[in-house]
Formats: sequence, C-alpha cells, structure tokens
Amino acid sequence: MKNFLRIFLITSLVFGLSVKSNSADKIEYLTTDWSFKGLFGKFDRGALQRGYQVYTEVCSSCHSMKYLSYRNLAEKGGPEFSIAEAKAIAASFEVTDGPNDDGEMFTRPGKLSDKFVMPYDNVKAAQAANGGAYPPDMSVLVKARGGGVDYIYSLLQGYEDPPVGMSLDDGVYYNKYMYGNKIKMANQLSDGLVEYGDGTTASVEQMSKDVTTFLMWAAEPHLESRHQMGFKAIVYLIILTILVYFSMKKIWSRIETEV
Amino acid sequence: MSDHEYTPKSKFGKWFNDRLPLLTLASHLTDYPTPKNLNYWWTFGGILTFCLITQIVTGLVLAMHYIAHADMAFDSVEHIMRNVNYGWLIRYIHANGASMFFLAVYIHIFRSLFYGSYKSPREIIWIIGIIIYLLMMAAAFLGYVLPWGQMSFWGATVITNLFSAIPLVGEGIVTWLWGGYSVDNPTLTRFFTLHYLIPFLILGLVVLHIWALHVPGNNNPVGIDIKKPSKDTVPFHPYIVIKDGFALLMFMIVFAFFVFYTPNILGHADNYIEANPLVTPAHIVPEWYLLPFYAILRSVPDKLLGVVAMLSAILILAALPWLDTSKIRSAVFRPLYRQFYWILVADVLILGYVGAMPAEGLYLLVARVATAYYFLHFLVVLPILGYKEKTLPVPLSITEPVLGGSPNLAMAKNKENFKD
Repeated sequence: MKNFLRIFLITSLVFGLSVKSNSADKIEYLTTDWSFKGLFGKFDRGALQRGYQVYTEVCSSCHSMKYLSYRNLAEKGGPEFSIAEAKAIAASFEVTDGPNDDGEMFTRPGKLSDKFVMPYDNVKAAQAANGGAYPPDMSVLVKARGGGVDYIYSLLQGYEDPPVGMSLDDGVYYNKYMYGNKIKMANQLSDGLVEYGDGTTASVEQMSKDVTTFLMWAAEPHLESRHQMGFKAIVYLIILTILVYFSMKKIWSRIETEV
Repeated sequence: MSDHEYTPKSKFGKWFNDRLPLLTLASHLTDYPTPKNLNYWWTFGGILTFCLITQIVTGLVLAMHYIAHADMAFDSVEHIMRNVNYGWLIRYIHANGASMFFLAVYIHIFRSLFYGSYKSPREIIWIIGIIIYLLMMAAAFLGYVLPWGQMSFWGATVITNLFSAIPLVGEGIVTWLWGGYSVDNPTLTRFFTLHYLIPFLILGLVVLHIWALHVPGNNNPVGIDIKKPSKDTVPFHPYIVIKDGFALLMFMIVFAFFVFYTPNILGHADNYIEANPLVTPAHIVPEWYLLPFYAILRSVPDKLLGVVAMLSAILILAALPWLDTSKIRSAVFRPLYRQFYWILVADVLILGYVGAMPAEGLYLLVARVATAYYFLHFLVVLPILGYKEKTLPVPLSITEPVLGGSPNLAMAKNKENFKD
C-alpha cells in the first residue's frame, strides 16, 4: 500500500506538471450557468424556444439541421412548443415532396413529420454560396467540437479586430476562439437582432446563450430523461449494493475469514 | 472436473445426466472449491463476464437498427440516438461498455502480474487470456470504425496502413483488407461482419479460459498451492457468488455514472463529424485503452520496426510464464519484484499519457525511454530477478497467515503485506 501511494503520488505529479505546461498555450473559453449541467440538469424551456427563434431567423439561412424534425419541437424534454405551435412552425416552411402521379415534384406546406428544411440542395451548393466553406450541419455540432457548449458560446462572441500585422483575405474574419483564429463566417449577432416574444432583451450574450442551449438540445434530445433515469438507476444500484454488502457479511460470518 | 462425483436425486435427473452431464457441471460450478483468502482484485473475472454479455446483448440490439453502409452508417447511428426507443441508452452502454471492459481487463491482467497467476501450472489460462485480450483490441478497433465519424475513418486508415510496413506483400495486404484502394464502403461492411463475429470467438475462449482455470483452481494472494477442498477453501456458491456480486454492483455504479452523466467524455469529439476522406483531423488518436501501444509504435522511427515493437509489446506477455524465472508466485513474498511491478505500472501509465500527446520533443523522448523500459522489464529484469532476489519465507497454508498464528517471526513481521 505504501508503495502504491508513493508511485501514485509521483505519477500524478508528473501528469499534473505536464498537463499544466500543456494547457499554458490553450485559451480559456467563456462559460455561463448552463441549466442542463449537473445531476438534475434540465433545459430552460424559454432558452430553447428563444434559441430556436435565433436559429431560424439567423443561422438557418446557411446551417442545416438534417437530423431534426418539426415534431421534435413539441416533444417532451425539448422546447415543448404546443402541438398547434409546432404545426404552425412546420407549415411556415415549403417542403419539396413527390413525385406525384404525374411524375412531378411539387411543394407543399411542411408537416410535423418533415425533417427541418435544408438551406441548400447539396454540399457543393452550400460551398459555392459561402466562399468555398461548408457551413457545418448543426444537429450534433455541440458534440463535434472539443470545447462543447462553451466553445460555441465563446465563438459567437469571439469576433475581434485582427491583431496588428495580420492580414485577412476577403471573406475571412478574425475570431479569438476559432482554431487558427480565422473563420469564414462573419459575425452574425448584434444587440437587438431578433425580437424575443417573451420580452427578454436580445443582447449578443443572451442570444449566444439561447442558441447554444438550443444546439445542445438538438445534439442530445434525450438529455433530460437520461439525467432522470441516471439518478434513479444510481440510487437503485447504491441501495442494492448496501443490501448485498450486508448479505455478504452475513454469509461470510459462517467462516472466520473477513471479506 | 472429471473427479467430480454427483448423482441427481430424481429419476429423470439421473436419466438425463447419464446422457448429458449438465447437472454434474452445475454441481461442479456451485461446489467449486475456491481459496477463501481471495481479495477484491479477484472479482474482476466475474465483472469481465458481465462486460462481455452486456456488449453482446446491447450490440445485438444496435445491429438491428444500424446500417453498415458508408452513406448511411453515420445517419443510422443518429437515428438510433434520436428515434429508436431508448436507443441512446443502448448505444451509450455499448460505447462506454467498451471502455469499462478494458478498464476491468487491465485490472485483471495487472492482478495476475502482481500475484504471479500466470506461473505453472496456469500458463494455458494465461495464454488464452492474452488471445482474448488481442481479440478484444481487434473488436474494439473494428467497433470504433462503425459510426463512420472522422476518427473512425482516419483511425481505420492509420491502423490498416500499418500492414503496409510488411516487406514485399505489405501494399497488397492493405488493398486486400480495404477491399479497394482506400478505406471505403467495402471496408465498412467487412469490419461490421468481423465486429459481429469476434465477440462470439471471445465467448468461446472465455469458456476455455474458465475450464483451464478449473483444472488447477484459483491462484490466491499468498500464491501457494492449496489442498482442495480443505479448510483453506470455500464453495463457489454462495461465498464467491455474493462477493463477486457485491463487487459487480460497485463496478456498475461507476459504469452508470459514465453512461448517464458523461457518456461522451471517453470518446473523441471528431467522431461526431461524419467521415470525410478529403479532410484529415489535426490529431489522429486511438481510444484511451490503446494509447500505450500507440506510444510504443510511434517511439520507433522506422515504420516496420515500430509495428514489430508494438506487436512484441503484446506478444511478450505470452512468454511471461517462462521469462519470470522466480518459483515464488505472489509479489507479497518478493520484495524486489514488488518495486519493479509498481515501476512497470507507472511506465505503462506514462506510455498511455504520451500516446495521447503529439509525438515530438519531450513527449517523444519520454515515450522512447518508457518503451525501452517496458521491454527491459520483461526481457532483463524478470529473468535475472528470479535468481538474484531474496524472497521472504512462504507460509504452508492459507490459514496460517489468515489466522495470524504464524510460528515464523519473519512472517509475522510482514503480516501487513497480506492486506495489499
């Protein structure tokens, strides 16, 4: 045991030092009080609904969300729009369907079962419209970036003038949180850009928080039920473990060996 | 196993058992005499069986919804996560289950190393174990490719490319593995097939592993041969069953924490980006459980020798029963080996750490030193130690140290070590 502790201390010291020296050149992301973190973390309904509004009015003109359907907007654990509201949202989009009996494609208003309408027909079209850069699909974006929600939240607020001496090509912008600091997306958010229905002030910070919360839900739509089930499962396991522990003690008391 | 006498009580039972002795087997398994001084490090065999069954069951359900096609694999995984009832739960159990499986197997292996469980007469158990471990690594690697994310694709590219280091036929072998000239749909479909096959091979080997174990019986913390059944043993049921059950529940709490609260922490964020042959990720890293071997691979400047070093690092374990020349099994009675054992543990942890870092500068230097030491431990330290080491006196039976009634003074002094 003594040896074990000695080695453990030495290795953790070595690890600690190297991790620290490694993180010295890493930037700290901005963060905020995310409601969905922690053992009982839940989404803030208001933030999800506002976040959806920011996504539709700002992001969705370039970024697709191909794994989401309009029905998801009314599902439990999500923004929880009423069915009527979700139907109205779906109907506000034109969806290409078909072919019909004449072999023609046609458009109709969206239904709950439809996937979110894509801004571009294909990746090439998206690239052509965005100076060669493909605006990534946002369905799992939060999980696909190292810093997660903090990274997205920071990036949206990370636009600055480039440092002196740095020249940027046309259509390239400086962002202090972007990998390599060069990003092809211009700064999108400005104070008062959207008008929130619930009266919340649409500051850049607020919109960033709301839309990031929405993206987190989009990437993990079952997060709330996961947290709820996890708590129950772990409490159940702990109780069972205690019961089994005492049963074990009782059984082993028949012989003189300790367990 | 054959020395087990058992006669079923009922007439039908007897009739059946004469034709297929399943009841004899069941009776053998429940009565199996187990050393009573086994500590909690011995519970990981049961935990590993649980891990294997969990992976097979969750894997079967996932395979019902997964589509092994380069254009649809990523979508089908997202379909599982979103639309399949409790699909997220099944997938997160399967993905984190792989990590838990390796966590348990590493504890199991290092327990063997500490208590000398690989030594005569248990060499075959040990070698089967090493084959299981190799198959586990293959299954884990193949499984990681299936979601067809960026790390899946590039990990597959890097690992399959290792075969190109083989002289003359290397390039041909890689093309054959890929089923084409790059990692693509044919690669994915064959990886899926193999990923489905390997767990059942492992299951078969686990049966052999346990069968081979039941011939000499369990090793134990004191590492001496014991009479069976005797005062030193307890029947497997209920004593060991309840103890394994208790340890398994503790393990499941840790498992559940990962699944429900940090399901993605052990994976790489890039694997949530769909595979793109035109974009290479900044750092291609394998899963954490392969990192020590990845570090060994990269610490050798020559590609072929790197591959050889990596494979040797695993295969050298199979020769361990003959490299370790000491007659004493348990490290409890080997004061010097005990020191080297912990240095080896630290060495492997360091290799794992540098495996995750870019192979340059100080990291590369540390990786090289650690790699050299790894081989030194098995090829030089262990053989010499067996002859040079002054071991402590070994008790005659388990009961002796357990009851503390040792007449031997040196034994009594070292009593605290038994709790290790």
